[in-house]
Amino acid sequence: MQRIGVFVCHCGSNIAATVDVKKVAEMALLEPGVVHAEDYQYMCSEAGQAKIQAAIKEKNLTGIVVCSCSPRMHENTFRSAAEKAGLNPYMVEIANIREHCSWIHKNVEEATEKAVILARAAIAKVNLNAPLKPGESLVTKRALVIGGGIAGIQTALDIADAGYEVDIVEKTPSIGGRMSQLDKTFPTLDCSACILTPKMVEAAAHEKITIYTYSEVEKVSGFVGDFTVDIRKKARFVDAGKCTGCGVCQEKCPSKKSLSEFNRGLNTRSAIYTPFAQAIPNVPVIDTEACIKMKTGKCGICSKVCQAGAIDYEQKDEILTQKYGAIVVATGFDTIKLDNYDEYAYNQSKDVITSLELERVMNAAGPTKGHLERLSDGKHPKEMVFIQCVGSRCSDGRGKSYCSKICCMYTAKHAMLIRDKYPDVNVTVFYIDVRTPGKNFDEFYRRAVEDYGVNYIKGQVGKVIPQPDGKLLVQGVDLLDNKQILKEADMVVLATAIEPNPDVRKIATMLTASIDTNNFLTESHAKLRPVESPTAGVFLSGVCQGPKDIPETVAQAGAAAVKAIGLLAKDKLMTNPCTAKADELMCNGCSTCANVCPYGAITYEEKEVNDHGIRETRRIAVVNSALCQGCGACTVTCPSGAMDLQGFSNRQIIAEVDAICR
Amino acid sequence: MSHVNKASQIKEISGVNPLKCMKCGKCSASCPSFNEMDIKPHQFVSYVQNGDIESLVNSKSLWKCLSCFACLERCPRDVKPAKLIDAARQLVVREKGATYLSPDEVPELLDEDLPQQLLVSAFRRYRR
Repeated sequence: MQRIGVFVCHCGSNIAATVDVKKVAEMALLEPGVVHAEDYQYMCSEAGQAKIQAAIKEKNLTGIVVCSCSPRMHENTFRSAAEKAGLNPYMVEIANIREHCSWIHKNVEEATEKAVILARAAIAKVNLNAPLKPGESLVTKRALVIGGGIAGIQTALDIADAGYEVDIVEKTPSIGGRMSQLDKTFPTLDCSACILTPKMVEAAAHEKITIYTYSEVEKVSGFVGDFTVDIRKKARFVDAGKCTGCGVCQEKCPSKKSLSEFNRGLNTRSAIYTPFAQAIPNVPVIDTEACIKMKTGKCGICSKVCQAGAIDYEQKDEILTQKYGAIVVATGFDTIKLDNYDEYAYNQSKDVITSLELERVMNAAGPTKGHLERLSDGKHPKEMVFIQCVGSRCSDGRGKSYCSKICCMYTAKHAMLIRDKYPDVNVTVFYIDVRTPGKNFDEFYRRAVEDYGVNYIKGQVGKVIPQPDGKLLVQGVDLLDNKQILKEADMVVLATAIEPNPDVRKIATMLTASIDTNNFLTESHAKLRPVESPTAGVFLSGVCQGPKDIPETVAQAGAAAVKAIGLLAKDKLMTNPCTAKADELMCNGCSTCANVCPYGAITYEEKEVNDHGIRETRRIAVVNSALCQGCGACTVTCPSGAMDLQGFSNRQIIAEVDAICR
Repeated sequence: MSHVNKASQIKEISGVNPLKCMKCGKCSASCPSFNEMDIKPHQFVSYVQNGDIESLVNSKSLWKCLSCFACLERCPRDVKPAKLIDAARQLVVREKGATYLSPDEVPELLDEDLPQQLLVSAFRRYRR
C-alpha cells in the first residue's frame, strides 16, 4: 500500500479564487492511500517545496500528488524537489486544477467538484505507480543548421565560436539568403551586402563550420543528442575542388534566357550560374532545365572554356549521412504569391512590383544597375505609390491573417531613399496603421514624413488600373479627409506579405517539429522557451518561427545557438524512462507494433519463454528504450495487450478513468 | 417586434460581425458610388457598431449603393459593407408596415404568366 501526500496549490488567486482549495485537501484525505494533505499559497515557491519535502520525510511518503498548474509548467520542479527528499521522481503526479479547471470555470462549487475529481484520478494513478529510473544516452557534439541565411549563418558562427562543429545545409547554390537580396537595411541605412558578406566569409573560413550549399535535408532519424541525418548534395556539374570561380563559363554560356532567381525574375541569367557575384561558395551550378548540353547533348562550351577542367556533366547527386546532437531550423521566408490580388494589377503591369523586387531595382548589382526606372519602358518615374498590408492582416482567406511586421519599416526606408536620391519623385504611401515599435524605429518613420516629405495617406487602395499611355491609375481612399482619391502613378510598390519558406512543412515533418496553421514553426513556450521547438533537440532561428526583422533575427539566432550549445556541452542526457515494454508471455510476435512505431524502436528476437510450465521458443517484441519516445502508439495497436507504457500503463489509465467516473 | 434592437437585426440579416473591421478603408477605396454617398461604405460599419441605424436608413447612401460587391470581394476582414447596406435596405422595406396589394386589385392583375408565388409575396405584410 502506498503512503500518499496531496499538496493543493492556491497559485495566488489563480486557483483559489475559483476552487475551494481547503475542501480539495479535505476530500483528498478520504481517498485510499492518502495519509497527508495540505494546501499552500504557492507550492512551487521555495517554502512550498520545503513543505513537500518535510512531509515526505516526516510521514514516510511513497508517492505524492500536487494539485496545481499544468505539468508542462512545474512537473520538473516538483519531481526534483521530491527527489531531493529521497523520493523517486516518477512517484510524483500532477493534477492540473489550473488550466484544466480554475481558469476555465466560473462557478466555485462546480470547479471545486471538478478539482476534487482530478485529484482523485491522480491519486488513483499514484497508487499504481512504480519507481522508474531514467537511462542515459550520449550526445553527438555536432550541430546541424538548416538554412544559410543571416539566421543560419549567425547561429552557426555562435555555435562554432563555442568550439563545436556545425554544418550548414543550404538549398540554393549560395549562402546569404534574403538578406543578400536587400539593398539597404533599416534603421541605419547601411548597405546590406557590406554587413552580410563579411559574415558569409567568416562562416566559410571558420574551421568548425562546414557549408553544404545546393543541398537539402532528406531524412532525419534519432532523437535529441543523437540525430542521424541524410543530406542530399545535388549535382552542381562543376567540381568545387577544381573550380577557380573565374566566371568565364557564365560569360560564354549561350543559354542566357533563364529568369534570375536572385533578381526575383526581373532579368535573366545563364544556364551555368552563381546567383550573385559575392556568392559563397563561388562555384557555379548548371541549371539542367536550361543547359543546352543537358537537353540536346550538343554545346559543351563551358567545358571547353574552363581552364581548370572543372565542368563535369556526369556528376551525380550524393547522399551524405551525418550524426548530430542538435538541429537548428533557419529556413526563412518568401513573399506570398499575388495571384489572389488582381485589383493591384501585379500580373498586368511590369510597373507594379513587390518591395523585394524594388530592393533589386535599387541595388547597384540589380537588373537596372541601381537606377530607379520603370521596368516596362526604362523611364524615370515621377510619381510612386506604395501600398501597405498587401496580403497581410487578411482574414478573408485570400492572404495571411498576421501582420508581416517588417513592411512599415522597409517602406519608410524605400520612400526615404528614393526622396533622398531623386528629390523630383513624389512618394505616396497608403497605410492602414503605421507600426514601428523598436529602437529608433518610429523616429525613422517620422524622418520620412518630416524631413523627406513622404506623403502618408491613412487608407487603402481599391484598385490599380493600367492606362493605355502606360501610367497606372490608382484609386484609393483618404479616410481622414473622407475623400476618394484618383492618382496617376508611374510605379506602384506592393508591401507583400511574407510567409515561411514553403519547404518548411517537409522539414518540420521530418523533425516531428510542430507547425502552426500559417506554417510557422511552433515554439515550446511563447514567452519562456521562444527558440526551442517542443521536439527536444530542435531549435528555431529567424522567420521560420514568426515574422521578424534583421536585428531580431540575429538576436534570436544567438539565442538558438546558446540553447544548442547548452545541449552539446553535455556528455550524456537522461532518457525518459516512460518507454514501452512488451509482456513476453502475452506477445504473439505479430509485428503490428513495429509497423506503427515512428522511431524504429521495436525489433524482434527469438526467445525461450516459460509459459506456465511450457517451455518454448517464441518470436517476441523488444523495445530499444534509447530510441523509444514513449508515444504509446504500440500500446494501443497491440492486439494481444502485451505492450504497455511504463509510467502510463493501461492499468493506471483505467484506474484514473474509474476514479473520475466513480 | 417593436423594440427589437435594429442593429442586431442588421447583423443577423447580413451575417456580418462589424467588430472584425480594422478600418483599412478598402471598401471606400473600391466603391464606384463613393462620391454619391453621404455616409461612406467604411462608415456603414461604425454606424452599425454604434447602433445609429436611424441615420443609416435615412441616408442617401442606402439607395446609392450599386450592389456591385467590389467592397465585399476585396474586404480583407470579411466584413462586407455591401451586405450591411443590403440588410439596412431590407429593414426599411420590412418596417414600412404597408399593405402592398389589396385583394380587390388581384383580378385585373391576373394573367396566366403571373407566378402564383408573386401574389403570395405581394400579400406579405411587414407589420410592427
